[in-house]
Amino acid sequence: MDSSIVGRQFPPVGPYLVSAEKVREFATAIGWEYDSVPPTFPIVLAGASMNAFLDELGLELSLIVHGEQRFAYERPLADGDELTSTLTVASLRQIGGNDIIGTSTTFTDASGDLVCTATATLVHRGAAA
Amino acid sequence: MTLDLAAGDALEPQSYAVTRADLVRYAGASGDFNPIHWSDRTATAVGLPGVIAHGMFTMALAGRAVAAWTGGAPVVDFGGKFTNMVVVPDTDEGTTVTVAGTVKSVADGLVTLALEVTCDGQKVLGNPKAVVRA
Repeated sequence: MDSSIVGRQFPPVGPYLVSAEKVREFATAIGWEYDSVPPTFPIVLAGASMNAFLDELGLELSLIVHGEQRFAYERPLADGDELTSTLTVASLRQIGGNDIIGTSTTFTDASGDLVCTATATLVHRGAAA
Repeated sequence: MTLDLAAGDALEPQSYAVTRADLVRYAGASGDFNPIHWSDRTATAVGLPGVIAHGMFTMALAGRAVAAWTGGAPVVDFGGKFTNMVVVPDTDEGTTVTVAGTVKSVADGLVTLALEVTCDGQKVLGNPKAVVRA
């Protein structure tokens, strides 16, 4: 993979409505018993953003391993939030034929304010190494 | 809300059973339909010992433990590395993920927790950490 992708920002994805029904479905799946939105919920949106990124670069999902994930919140998510996610390639390292891709995805609300930043490390396993 | 937590406190470990049904439900709710999380055929074809849990499902369980310890306090920062797989056999019991935790610091209204997330005695998340507002 070419290091020129570092710093590249992909087109925003969204807006995505954080609906009470979707939050309840996600909460049920993880056994979450609180009224608040679970802290890992943004992965539902990050997935869409990440798939667009993988498509664009022609990377195959089955060769991608999730290395690290972190969420930093400016405020808790709430039902009714309309979030737009924007993925930026933060870093790229090559180790043993694998590409280690660092991404940073921002989630902004309808007023454009930053709500959450999700940073992820994706390992793209060298296919034809 | 004021939490009765002090630096150095060890938190009551939380254990969660994980079955194939849980993975199917999580796949649907999260939109991650990678077949390595539901098909033994696909999982073994790519060299895995069998169906494995979504890393984000394991992380979600760690988030549940944090909520249990802090009464659902708002999370400011949360994350970790995916260092080992959680293999989920096709049995009624499935497997068990255990989340232990220690209070690292309490300052400026923020509580920092260091977690230890294990399955079959092996750490499955690297350096998992949570910061909550309390």
